[in-house]
Amino acid sequence: MTTLLLALAVAVPTAAAANGRSLYAENCLSCHGVAGQGVLSPSHARGVLGVRGLGPSLRGVGALSADFYLRTGYMPLIRPDVQPSRKRSPYSEAQIEALVSYVASLGGGPAIPTPHPERGSLSDGLSLFTASCAGCHQVVAEGGYVTDARVPPLEHDSPVRIAEAVRTGPYLMPRFSRTQISDRELNSIVAYVQGAKHPDDRGGWGLGHIGPVPEGLVTWFIAAVALVAICILIGGREKT
Amino acid sequence: MIRRLVRFVDERSASAPLVKKTLRYLFPDHWTFLLGEVALYCFVILVATGTYLTFFFEPSIAHATYAGSVEQLRGLDVSRAYKSAVDISFKVKAGLLIRQTHHWAADVFVAAIILHLLRIFFTGAFRKPRDLTYYIGLTMLVLALLEGYLGYSMIDDLLSGMGLAIGYSVLMSVPFVGANLAALVWGGPFPGKQASESRLYVAHVLIFPVAIGALIGLHLLLVAARHHTQFRGRRKTQRKVVGVPAFPGQTPRSLGLALAVAAVLFLLGGLVQVNPIWLWGPYHIASGTNGAQPDWYLGWLIGALRLVPGFDWTIGRYTLVPNAFWGGVLFPGIVFMFLFLWPWAERRATGDRAFHNLLDRPRDRPWRTAIGAAMFAWVFLIFIAGAADRVYVLFGISYQAQIWVFRVVVWVVPIAALLLTKRLCDELRAREELQSRRSQAEHEAALASEPAA
Amino acid sequence: MSGIGRWVAAGLVLLLGRLRRRPVLEPRERIVPPGTADRRAEWILVLLFVLAALSAAAFPVVYAVDAIPHQTQFLGLSLGLAFAFLAAASVLIGKRLIVTEELEEDYPPPEHPVEQEEIEQLVEESGDRFTRKRLIAISAGAAGAALGVAMITPAASLGPVFDVSPFFQTPWRRGRRLVDESGKPFRATDVFEETFYTAFPEGADREQLGAPLVVVRLSPGQLDLPDGRGGWAPGGILAYSKICTHAGCAVALYRKPLFPPTEPRPALVCPCHYSTFDPARGGKVLFGPAGRPLPQLPLAIDADGNLRAAGNFSGAIGPAWWGVRNRGAHS
Repeated sequence: MTTLLLALAVAVPTAAAANGRSLYAENCLSCHGVAGQGVLSPSHARGVLGVRGLGPSLRGVGALSADFYLRTGYMPLIRPDVQPSRKRSPYSEAQIEALVSYVASLGGGPAIPTPHPERGSLSDGLSLFTASCAGCHQVVAEGGYVTDARVPPLEHDSPVRIAEAVRTGPYLMPRFSRTQISDRELNSIVAYVQGAKHPDDRGGWGLGHIGPVPEGLVTWFIAAVALVAICILIGGREKT
Repeated sequence: MIRRLVRFVDERSASAPLVKKTLRYLFPDHWTFLLGEVALYCFVILVATGTYLTFFFEPSIAHATYAGSVEQLRGLDVSRAYKSAVDISFKVKAGLLIRQTHHWAADVFVAAIILHLLRIFFTGAFRKPRDLTYYIGLTMLVLALLEGYLGYSMIDDLLSGMGLAIGYSVLMSVPFVGANLAALVWGGPFPGKQASESRLYVAHVLIFPVAIGALIGLHLLLVAARHHTQFRGRRKTQRKVVGVPAFPGQTPRSLGLALAVAAVLFLLGGLVQVNPIWLWGPYHIASGTNGAQPDWYLGWLIGALRLVPGFDWTIGRYTLVPNAFWGGVLFPGIVFMFLFLWPWAERRATGDRAFHNLLDRPRDRPWRTAIGAAMFAWVFLIFIAGAADRVYVLFGISYQAQIWVFRVVVWVVPIAALLLTKRLCDELRAREELQSRRSQAEHEAALASEPAA
Repeated sequence: MSGIGRWVAAGLVLLLGRLRRRPVLEPRERIVPPGTADRRAEWILVLLFVLAALSAAAFPVVYAVDAIPHQTQFLGLSLGLAFAFLAAASVLIGKRLIVTEELEEDYPPPEHPVEQEEIEQLVEESGDRFTRKRLIAISAGAAGAALGVAMITPAASLGPVFDVSPFFQTPWRRGRRLVDESGKPFRATDVFEETFYTAFPEGADREQLGAPLVVVRLSPGQLDLPDGRGGWAPGGILAYSKICTHAGCAVALYRKPLFPPTEPRPALVCPCHYSTFDPARGGKVLFGPAGRPLPQLPLAIDADGNLRAAGNFSGAIGPAWWGVRNRGAHS
């Protein structure tokens, strides 16, 4: 069924765009405005749960942004003033395709990138990631905190998603242009992030790769508990 | 055979009387007395594994290019210290096992010291004649914290460099003389002269271990000279010490514990990854990572540094108290001041200057127990606050909200703990008294009814 | 034949004689009280020792055979289990195979008044011949103190003790170009909004606190810089010291809103204690423990369109200390 719809969407782009338009009207319009012009001050249009619409223009953001936001589940966003979070998209594959091509048709913009992590270098990736990404995402991409927002870990993100995020700068994330991070460098970053999903754990159980906090938990809840138990086994207990 | 050996040794060392006495030295038979031993065995393992590591570690921040088996580091500009530490992990066979065991041993060492300290504090074991022993123990705790920090800092991986920058800033924050102190340690502004790494290194592998080792000797000497304390019990009085002789009773127990500590540490060292520096990458002054944390035993300080609201206390153009001072110097200063001054304060408050071989049950000293619990709650909550960012990532509870909540609860909860503990102790004692009175009355009633029968 | 017989008889007599000569001892008094044997425990003990031996013997094997995967784990298991079995054996001995006595003895007396007095007497009598005790004590004290100071003096070489001017120094000066990680100069036209850059002073050591900058661009209309910083941000390009004024970490986080109406304003954040600085308002602290704004570096665009420093920072860089507000940064 999905493949059939996919085939249809590819074969009949106008139909997909038309489908996309109606999906857009139902689900996106209250915040992103008519034909993606954006709603820059709280509108009277009320969306889901009666929330007033507010959202950026989608003209010129291209398929890249739409693909990223829809596939991460960031959009649809119920309340425009909260941080979008990862969730399963409520849309089917075909619906996402339709919405993406509709948004792309609103005013051009970048296409969905095709990164080539196999062409990247892991060590360049580590350097670049440390310089531009680790401050928020943590050096092994386990996620973190930036004032007022939560930074997602990248454990589930595909190469395309990473590349899209770098070029879009979703929510509070900076947007990195090609002059700053070239496509070649992006390949290395993507390769590094993919590698960081399965880091080199030659030391044993990896403890989530976030350093001393879980190590402290192991110290107390495994080592100290075991040793106290041994002490109790060896030593006497006071009879009172 | 045994006879010949004993004779051989005695003839040469005249030690038979001493050995005989030592073999029959009495050890306490209560499990809480073994916590200090756990710390001791951790120290032995730290020295053993640490010595091994010194054969391979290169304390230098000179530049090198990594060319080992970790693909993501290949070709990177790193310091020789970092490179040699990664090489210990992957080039030196069994090196990773020893390195990780060393790290776990440090983590467990401090944990054991703290458990030991809690027992000593809450049972009043620090009173005369063991106050000096207690001060030496506390000094070793301070040294152990610094020693662990130095070890973490000299590897020059990303986390270690960030930790060192914070340590530098904390030292700088000491009023009036901070910059002079920092200049003495680093030879100038951070990251200092080339020699600063050697300074960290020699402090870590020589000065601190020797100091801790010497203090351990003194600590044990004083313990042996005055014998162990004991809870009041059958035969156990202020004047009679009861226990298990070193030989044969205690020997297999202590040996078993030492071996068990080694077992736990080597199993952790082999099975649970700790401080994977090859994942953190090298440190450069311009780089940082989210969620940077010190080892757990300094977590209370990062908590304090994060909780303090943002202000420097200035007088004209001078900064009397830079912000990092509150959390980095004053807070640990207060905690250790409390611990060091407590025996004296308690003596002042109670007027008790007597000689104590018997331990208190915590409930029998409600004020000490309550104040100790409050202090513990204070430090513990600030410690937890240090992990608020990870809590946010894992559970989605807003970081800022947590910080504000912690800023309140670190004051409220200790007061509540104080009152609750005091109440609990009082009630426990009241109940006991009631019970003993009842049983006494029953006893008397039984006695009274007997002749009548 | 008889000769041999005689020898044997003589030997037997001698042997018996020796045996008889050995004094017949009373069964000696035991020190350790007797206990019963526990054969099962002994067998378990043997088993534990065998297991320990096997585990330990695995160590050199794992060490030598590189083909074994997860070498560290197996090495740790081997050593750890060997210790664990030995620990179990030891505890078993302690619990089952020796007699655990519970003995008592007197605590050492609280004090030894006689010896105390003797020591005191010893010291006092030894000093009998001194007549100018106070003077001698004072002069000896002076000698000791002076020697102590003399011996500590070399430690001053560890650092500049009194000279704090290095703490105000930075490699930046008017005209110095900003370069990126690879040494390439920053062209003003290549610096975009919504992102951040790390810049270094051209031709200077990068591994010093005063070197790294974080560079961002905001639309000039957004800027609200402190007085006297007009022209510090050509085209809205701002440069700040990358070293946090709280605890010296690198300010490695830049948050920028994608859609300002619903999202927080742009900010530079330090990952150590989350001090948060406002680049639009001269590095003012928005959140976190920092007590001082991030020092700003004035910028200029040269004839080639490259970014250059137009002076030194707005204040001393790095963590706060006693004199940090006393003087500005200098090169």
